[in-house]
Amino acid sequence: MSARADSALEAMVGADQHLRELMHDIEQGSGAAKVRACKLDRRTFLKLTGMAGGGLLLGFQVSDTRAATGITADFVPNAFLRISPRGQILIYSKGPEIGQGIKTAFPLIIAEELDAKWSDVVVEQAPVNPAVYGRQSAGGSRSIPDSWDQLRQAGAVARSMLIGAAASAWKVPAAECTARDSAVWHGKRSLEYGALAAKAAAQPVPDPATVKLKQRSEYRLLGKSYTGVDNRKVVTGAPLFGIDQWLPGLKFAVYEKCPATGGKVRGANLDEIKRLPGVRDAFVIEGNGKPTEVMPGVAIIADTTWAAFQARKQLRVDWDESGASKDSWKGILGRAAQLGKQATGEKTTISVGDTTAALTSAAKTVDAFYTYPFVAHAPLEPQNCTAWAHDGIVEFWAPTQTADRALQTVAGALGVPVEQIKINQTRVGGGFGRRLMNDYVCEAGAIAQRTRAPVKLVWTREQDMAHDFYRPGGFHALAGGLDPSGKLVAWRNHFITFSTDGTNPVSGGNMPEQEFPAQNLPNYLLTQSMLPLATPCGPWRAPRSCSVAWVIQSFLHELAVAGGRDHRDFLLEIMGQPRLLQGGLNTGRAAEVIRLATEKAGWGRKLPQGHGLGLAFHFSHAGHFAEVAEVSVDPGKRIRLHRVVVAGDIGPIVNMSGAMNQSEGAVVDGFSTMLGLEVTMEGGRVEQSNFHQYALLRMPHHPKVEVHFIQSENPPTGVGEPALPPVAPAICNAIFAATGHRVRTLPLSREGFGV
Amino acid sequence: MSAMTLRINGTTRTTDVDPETPLLWVLRDSLGLPGTKYGCGMALCGACTVLVDGQPVRACTTPASSVAGKNVTTIEGLATSPTELHPLQRAWIEHDVPQCGYCQAGQLMSAAALLARTPKPTDADIDAAMAGNICRCGTYQRIRAAIHSAAGQIAQEKSR
Repeated sequence: MSARADSALEAMVGADQHLRELMHDIEQGSGAAKVRACKLDRRTFLKLTGMAGGGLLLGFQVSDTRAATGITADFVPNAFLRISPRGQILIYSKGPEIGQGIKTAFPLIIAEELDAKWSDVVVEQAPVNPAVYGRQSAGGSRSIPDSWDQLRQAGAVARSMLIGAAASAWKVPAAECTARDSAVWHGKRSLEYGALAAKAAAQPVPDPATVKLKQRSEYRLLGKSYTGVDNRKVVTGAPLFGIDQWLPGLKFAVYEKCPATGGKVRGANLDEIKRLPGVRDAFVIEGNGKPTEVMPGVAIIADTTWAAFQARKQLRVDWDESGASKDSWKGILGRAAQLGKQATGEKTTISVGDTTAALTSAAKTVDAFYTYPFVAHAPLEPQNCTAWAHDGIVEFWAPTQTADRALQTVAGALGVPVEQIKINQTRVGGGFGRRLMNDYVCEAGAIAQRTRAPVKLVWTREQDMAHDFYRPGGFHALAGGLDPSGKLVAWRNHFITFSTDGTNPVSGGNMPEQEFPAQNLPNYLLTQSMLPLATPCGPWRAPRSCSVAWVIQSFLHELAVAGGRDHRDFLLEIMGQPRLLQGGLNTGRAAEVIRLATEKAGWGRKLPQGHGLGLAFHFSHAGHFAEVAEVSVDPGKRIRLHRVVVAGDIGPIVNMSGAMNQSEGAVVDGFSTMLGLEVTMEGGRVEQSNFHQYALLRMPHHPKVEVHFIQSENPPTGVGEPALPPVAPAICNAIFAATGHRVRTLPLSREGFGV
Repeated sequence: MSAMTLRINGTTRTTDVDPETPLLWVLRDSLGLPGTKYGCGMALCGACTVLVDGQPVRACTTPASSVAGKNVTTIEGLATSPTELHPLQRAWIEHDVPQCGYCQAGQLMSAAALLARTPKPTDADIDAAMAGNICRCGTYQRIRAAIHSAAGQIAQEKSR
């Protein structure tokens, strides 16, 4: 391998390291960008935001002229809230809205503790400032659990100051006053928050850690259904998204990279491109060789997006692919099949008991080899970003999931101090994990550094498909053993995954030692082999769980069938006594959702001819979810997914409509993906280019989804991801129940199924 | 480049573009109407759906010149008036349909065309009319419910 190829590989490996850290952060809720801002007292807040004077909020883009003129009697207890004398309650939602509904959920939490009337609340996106707000990312279903206390305290501090102001006006003890519906009450008299705003601003700010938070039984807002705060704007076509941003003098850009990751630009027909209609400029960007930042490519700047897209079709780039990906899915399949013949892999992740002996002495054993493909995120809004180098800063309008991290990433990629980077968060037209990476933000910045005008970079759909951070495919060679009573006593998994550095699995292609059912069985052996890979991988909705849950829960069903056991009873037996396992799985909560899903689905009932019910459970992102699918399959292998019953426990629900919508969407996403979606590569190039080759599920084929929540007395957790993993195994188990055919390869189209 | 006159949302607009430019990019980049979305550029996803003389078309593959002299309605022009939303828009809000929301302009325009010709659609009618619109977030169940609900609302308003 040449020195140059080595360095390209190193850069890619470095990028994967970045992704591993990111994965760790989003799963653990820690990391560089995470600042514990829970103790956001006013002094700290004033210092951080440069806020000066009574209630004047500087450094914030507030659409309130009084703020700009400095004449304000608003009550601004912290960075999340502004109450005007007219009673309008402005709440800043700190994190990115990617379709998970957080711009509604976050303000609801604050409004609950504030005892506000929801109709008094208006919501704006907060500025990106992690020093003030803490985490400003959307990933790992961490938004609610990481921000719960911080947001409750922000609301409670304000409520306490408003009560203090009213008590002092009435000259009564604060303890005799209560708050309700945007007013403070003492007996039958009341003062509305608007009328108290000026007086509340003069109250001492209590320590957020000491303010009294409401009991769940006192909640008036949380747990009910609310329509999204931006829904009116969405349905009227208001310019909310990254791709909708517009600035005076705006130019439009495309950026062409080598279709095989790691290729460099030897040359291009730039002079010809510059002469095309509507084209202003074309130039090569060397990049820093990191797929998560700026890879080498050619930028075309034009007067309209269409002119840029048309010019791209004329672009001829001579790529140097000596250090580029040569990945081949066909080659991978061959090598994985060979490796899969070995009972164990090169590295042991965890060994419990004596699995080999237990399998040998088992009354019954089952062997299986499972295969799933790489998949793309394919958010409907293609990657895009608007950037403008002006007045000594580079300013961005970015549809990103990681606004906080983007500051550092972009500063590093552009070689600019982080103080000179400003990021405005826009609504995001679908995340699914794709926009945890900020490559398109870095690219827009690199282009804007070369243009005087503000520039909007838009990727074509084809580029979006070609330059993703894919959910890695994987292979599992499994063996399971049952005792004479049909009880599961041994489990062996040789997991075949990928590595770019030869040492660590790619992002989303790892299986930790706590993976279910490692802690539930007397004999369990998980080993791992890795195939080399250059294609960038990344977190995809419910990383790892989105693929391995299908394998684990399908194979469990295989074993239940082999033992002549009822699947539900078998699953409950494996869960055993209620207890908390390493990694967070609570077997008691698991059993409850399994019981609820099967009860609601009518488990055991007589089904119409050709129908089958399938069950699966998975714990991920702190959420316990069991799902039951009802399918029928015709002789032509056409599947109809009639109904999916979802039972989840994520603790108390913030917005019931939002939580149900996420679960309904997760079922559609899970079904869509398992049915016919796969990314294959040959010669390092991804073979799918647009939705004709990556056929997402459409209206005629969506199932009826029923969602039930157990609102247990546990801390609330996120719901963007955990409803997805059980979908695929529940459906495959139902296909088996209906047909006797065991699906061991995804997508289903690979086994001849369709809709 | 040539001057082109288009009738968009009841207003006559003149713009100077290559006549082959897809209507989508004329709307978004030249006329300041970004509600119509780019998703695929191949008429596969429906995010760019607009109405041309009441018929749903994919603006990403429709040359702007081909709609000259016709009435184009975009999501910005779907509401009855600035203060009164279309019954479908109201139903979308009531059913809390959107997740990311990116496809919803196209979904609404397809649904509006459906209700204009089939005031009381069956599920099969909805399947047929909406099959060209992808929702990556999977809000189909809510879209279906919202269409039924808007249809009922329109019928009720007419019977008054």
